[in-house]
Amino acid sequence: MPTEAIAWADVTSSPVYLDAATAAPLHPVARQALLAALDDGWADPDRLYSQARRARHLLDAAREATADTLGVRPDELSFTASGTSAAHTAVLGGLRGRRRAGRVLVHSAIEHSAVLHAAEQHVAGGGTAVEVPVDRLGRLDLDAWSAAVTGAEVASAALIAASHEVGTVQPVEAAAAACARVGVPLYVDAAQLVGRVPVPSGWSVLTASARKWGGPPGVGLLVVRKGTRWESPWPADERESGRTPGTLNLPAVVAAAASLRAATADAAAQATRLSALVDRIRARVAAEVPDVEVVGDPEHRLPHLVTFSCLYVDGEALLHALDRRGFAVSSGSSCTSSTLRPSHVLEAMGVLSHGNVRVSLHTGNTEADVERFLTELPGIVADLREQAGVTGL
Amino acid sequence: MNVPDATGDTPDRPVGGASSDLPGQLPDEVLDCLGQRCPLPVIALARRLPELPVGAVVRVLADDPAAAVDIPAWCRMRGQEFLGAHPGPTYHIRRTH
Ligand SMILES: Cc1ncc(COP(=O)(O)O)c(C=O)c1O
Repeated sequence: MPTEAIAWADVTSSPVYLDAATAAPLHPVARQALLAALDDGWADPDRLYSQARRARHLLDAAREATADTLGVRPDELSFTASGTSAAHTAVLGGLRGRRRAGRVLVHSAIEHSAVLHAAEQHVAGGGTAVEVPVDRLGRLDLDAWSAAVTGAEVASAALIAASHEVGTVQPVEAAAAACARVGVPLYVDAAQLVGRVPVPSGWSVLTASARKWGGPPGVGLLVVRKGTRWESPWPADERESGRTPGTLNLPAVVAAAASLRAATADAAAQATRLSALVDRIRARVAAEVPDVEVVGDPEHRLPHLVTFSCLYVDGEALLHALDRRGFAVSSGSSCTSSTLRPSHVLEAMGVLSHGNVRVSLHTGNTEADVERFLTELPGIVADLREQAGVTGL
Repeated sequence: MNVPDATGDTPDRPVGGASSDLPGQLPDEVLDCLGQRCPLPVIALARRLPELPVGAVVRVLADDPAAAVDIPAWCRMRGQEFLGAHPGPTYHIRRTH
């Protein structure tokens, strides 16, 4: 299929999609690779016939390309069924591999729910989790982190590389140095970084999710560096170096690898372009929407993501109003979550949690998309405040 | 200022006045926002506090978990004093300007 036929305009036409941090629209390269691999990559790569060899060849090539892009060895990389399962596997495998050292997991207060749910399971099984706070900008408290990883019986530590909710980039290398001093392996959830900005060093285990960079949904990455004490928490299965059980969705893996390479090649240019658009959103929302709190670190942040909260506005009403005008965004407000709790990230930062909007940009977003959003937002918020009778409060 | 004297017997006031952030005092006003979803408790506070004299203390009863984040955040944004939170869940806010 010619590339022109699957240009960005088709996947992002009239409605303005601003939720790339959940899932970026499928990258044109991913789509092409997926279609090709559906024809060539349906067989089981572990069998001994020619169709299988073709599938094996595709899988090996995908692994080599992805490892090369990440700067790791191919045998350190396993594909998983999602970013979530990669995170579960990373946390539980790290704890299992170091169970003789202790049963304490140290993690930041702003980890993704996948990491927190794995931690909950660990605690339910008799283990301990120590949560390290962040400041109002969402930055890890490094002193508290160093003290926590230096504590007794720490098996492993988990740190999100950059917040998926507020965009604040974490001091991964300093946190890794603190772990290295006491021999604690560090797991880094790099889901919002991979394919967009260079991955920091110093970690022992890393995960990512293909749908964040324009790969298909349902592909995750798990990297376990050589020499790391790590043991799969799952029932035995020899696929993917024994790290993640089950048959892979090989066409999706091939598409993930191809699109990661394409996204990474374009990442620096996109980061510059999207970061300028995010700066514009940060400045204009603060200036043109009354009583708004733009949250997250204004400098040490992801290039594509910005979050703000509008005082007195119901988050769900705001999402629906934006959707009616053709804007897709997400929210950390409690009324938009199934648990009816505010986002634990906003809570840990101590910032306003209602009326919350997260805007995250992808390669297909244009300046015109952002302008349209910025032009319409103040009126949408004002209308909601008027309907609620809270104007001027 | 009409912050009541703590030792005074004020039967029309709710129980449980004395607490660490409100030593020996009772609040001037109680806003019962139990059962209300955010942002309603914050809106109730924003409506009522400016009607009270500077120095007055409002107690907000709110069981929506978001209130624990949003009431202190509102105080910070509006420059009002957040005195503390207590089981109940109960929040104390002082009008400072
Ligand atoms: C930081 C972070 N970690 C992990 C995940 C899990 O990835 P997925 O939802 O694709 O399984 C996500 C996305 O939801 C994320 O943003």
